[in-house]
Amino acid sequence: MTFDQFLQYILSGITSGSVYALTAVGFTLVFSATQIINFAQGQMVMLGGMMGITLHEAGLPLWACFIGAVAVVAIVSVGMEEIAIRPLLRKGVLTQIIATVGASFIFETAAMLIWGRDAKPLPPFTGETPIAIGRATVVPQTLWVVGLSIVVVVALTIFYRKSLYGTAIRGCAVNPEAARLQGISYRRVVVFTFALTGAVAAAAGVMIAPISFMGYANGTMLGLKGFAAATLGGLGNPVGAVLGGFLLGIVEALGVGVVSAGYKDAIAFVILLLVLFLRPAGLMGAKVVNRQ
Amino acid sequence: MNKKNNGARTIPGVSLVLLVAALVAVALFAAACGGGTTTTTAAATDTTAASTATTAAAPSGDPIVIGAIVSATGPGAALGEQERNVLQMEEKLINAKGGVLGRPVKIVIEDDKSDPKEAVTAANKLLTQDKAIALIAATTSSSTLAVKAITAEKGVPQMAMAAANDVTDKAPNEWIWRTPQKDALAVQRALDYVSKTLKVKKIAVLHDENAFGASGAAEIAKQAPALGLEVVATESYKTADTDMTAQLTKIKGTNPEVLVVWGTNPGPALVAKNMKQLGITIPYVGSHGIANSTFIKLAADAAEGVVFPAGRLLVPSSITDAKQKAVTDAFAADYAYSYSGKPNPFGGYAFEAISILTDAITRAGSTDAKAIQGALNATTGFAMPDGIYNYTATNHDGLVASDMIMVKIQGGTWVLAE
Repeated sequence: MTFDQFLQYILSGITSGSVYALTAVGFTLVFSATQIINFAQGQMVMLGGMMGITLHEAGLPLWACFIGAVAVVAIVSVGMEEIAIRPLLRKGVLTQIIATVGASFIFETAAMLIWGRDAKPLPPFTGETPIAIGRATVVPQTLWVVGLSIVVVVALTIFYRKSLYGTAIRGCAVNPEAARLQGISYRRVVVFTFALTGAVAAAAGVMIAPISFMGYANGTMLGLKGFAAATLGGLGNPVGAVLGGFLLGIVEALGVGVVSAGYKDAIAFVILLLVLFLRPAGLMGAKVVNRQ
Repeated sequence: MNKKNNGARTIPGVSLVLLVAALVAVALFAAACGGGTTTTTAAATDTTAASTATTAAAPSGDPIVIGAIVSATGPGAALGEQERNVLQMEEKLINAKGGVLGRPVKIVIEDDKSDPKEAVTAANKLLTQDKAIALIAATTSSSTLAVKAITAEKGVPQMAMAAANDVTDKAPNEWIWRTPQKDALAVQRALDYVSKTLKVKKIAVLHDENAFGASGAAEIAKQAPALGLEVVATESYKTADTDMTAQLTKIKGTNPEVLVVWGTNPGPALVAKNMKQLGITIPYVGSHGIANSTFIKLAADAAEGVVFPAGRLLVPSSITDAKQKAVTDAFAADYAYSYSGKPNPFGGYAFEAISILTDAITRAGSTDAKAIQGALNATTGFAMPDGIYNYTATNHDGLVASDMIMVKIQGGTWVLAE
C-alpha cells in the first residue's frame, strides 16, 4: 500500500464514516432519554432523504428541501412515539424496542409504495468537483456531512450540559420517577427527544443522498451500521457516536485495502466485538446506568 | 319439529325421484341409438361455426390455464412488475386473436415476493389447484431454480425469465427453457468487446456480492484466459454500500486497462461517480444489469461513455432482421397502448416466454405436456425482440452471443458501441 493509497482509504473511510456517524447520533438521542434502541432510525434517515428528493423534484431549492424534510420526519417520529411506543410504556423497554422494529418495516413498505423501488439521486449542495488532498480526493458533499456531524454534536453537547432543559432530559434518563417529582414532564421530554431525533435523521438523509443515492431499502443498512457505530462509541454519547461512525468507516476502508472488500463488514464487526469485550460500555461510554 | 322432520324427509325423497328420472332419461336417450346423437353434435358444430363466423375467432371451451410466478414485490420487483404487466396484457391480446387451439387462455399470475420459498408454494398451488398445463417462472434466478425442482419432477414445461447459468446448464433440465440471455452469454459478449474492439489485455473486475454479481465474476474468471485477457484485480461491494472509492483505489493500484463492473442498480452508478471523483479514466464496461434508464438517471454525467451488453430491445434501430423488427414494433406499440412508456428488457422476457409457449402449444395441437415439450424443442428461427430463438433437445437457451449488442451511453441515451 503506497502512501497515496493509504490517504485515499482514510478519505473513503471518512466519507462512509460520516454517513454512519450522523445515523448513530439519532440512536444515542433516543437511548439516552428513554433507554429505547430505536431500530427505525435507519428508516427515518431514508425517509428524510426521500422527502428531500421529492421536494427537490417539485422544484424547491435545496435549503428548503432540507428544512421541509427535517420538519416532516420530526412529525413522523413524534407520530411513531404516540402511536407505537407510548401505549406500551407499562410493558417495558424491550416491548417498546420491538415496536420500533415494527415501525421500521412500516416505514420501509410505505416508502416503497410512495416512491417506488428505484434509488433516486439528489444533486450535491456545492458541486461535484473533487477536492484534492495530497494525491487523494474527496467530494465536497463529504465535507458537508462531516461539518453537519460536528455541528450537531457540538450543539447537542452544549444543549445537554449547559441548558436547563437539557439537564431535565438527562434527569429523565437517570430516573424518570425522581425527575417527575422535581416537576419535569417526562411526557414532554420524550416527545421532544423523538422530534429531535427525527430532525437529525432527516438532516442526515438529505445530506447523504447526494453521496450514495437514496432508495426505500437503504434504511436497513444505515440502521445497522449506525447502531454498530453508536455501540462502538458508547450508546448514549453523541461524541462517541460520531467517533464510532468515523472509526467504523475508516476500518472498513482499510479492510478493503489490506484484505479484500468481501471481508470489510466482517473486519468491522470483529473490531466492534473486540471493543465490546474489552470495554462493554463502548469507547466513550459512561458507566452503564440501570433504570429498572 | 315434526314439520321440519317431515320436510327434511321429503326433500331427499324428491331428489331421489328426480335422480331416477334423470337416469332413465339418459338411458332412453343412449338407447335411442346413434341417429339422435349425431343430429345434436351436428347442430352444435353448426352453432360453433356460426359464432366463429360472426365474431371472427372468439375462443370457446375450457380455458387453457398457464401459471406464472413473478416478483411483483420485494427486491426483484423492479424486474417483476413489468413482467406481470406484460403477461396481463398478453392474456387479453391472445384471447382477442382467438386464443390457443380455439380455446381461451387464462394466465394465473402469482407474486413470489422475491422469495424462493414463496415461489415453491405458488408453483404447487398453480399446478394442483389451478391445473396449469405449463408455468412461466420466475423473475429471479433463485426462485426459478426452486420452481425447476417441481416442474422437473412433475414433467411440466417451465419457461424461465432468469439469467443464471444453472437454470438450463444444470440437470434436470428437460422441462425448462429460458428467454433471457444467460449470464455466460453476456459475459462472452462483453469480453469479446474488450479484447476485439478495445484491444486491451489487463482487466479489473468490480462486482456486487449478490448472486448476479458473483456469478458474473466467476464467469469472467472462467472466460478471460481463452480471450487472452488477464484479470489483474477482483473486488466486490454490497448492494447498499455508500461509497466505492476504497475498492477503486485498490483497483487503480493494479493499473488495469479496463474496468468491468458486474452488478445491478444502484451500485454500478455509484462506481461510475466514484471513478470520476478519483480521476480514473479507463473504459467502464458494465453488465446487462444496468440496461435501464435508472442507471443513467443515477450516474448522470458519470454515465457518459459507459458500455454494456444488452438485448436489441434497448436500441430498436439495431434490429436488422425484418421479422424481428415487426414483432418488436408490435410489442412496443401494444405496451405503449396498454401502459404508458416503453417496455424494458424484463417485460420483453415475459413477452417472449408467453409467445414461444403459446406457439409451441399451437404446433403441438394439444395441451399434453410431452407434446408441448417436443414442440418447444422443435422451436427454430422464432423471431422475438431479443433475437432469433432456436431450441433443441439439448439447447434450452435459445439465444447466442451475437443476438446481444454492445450499447454505449452517449448524451444521456443509448447508442450502438460498435
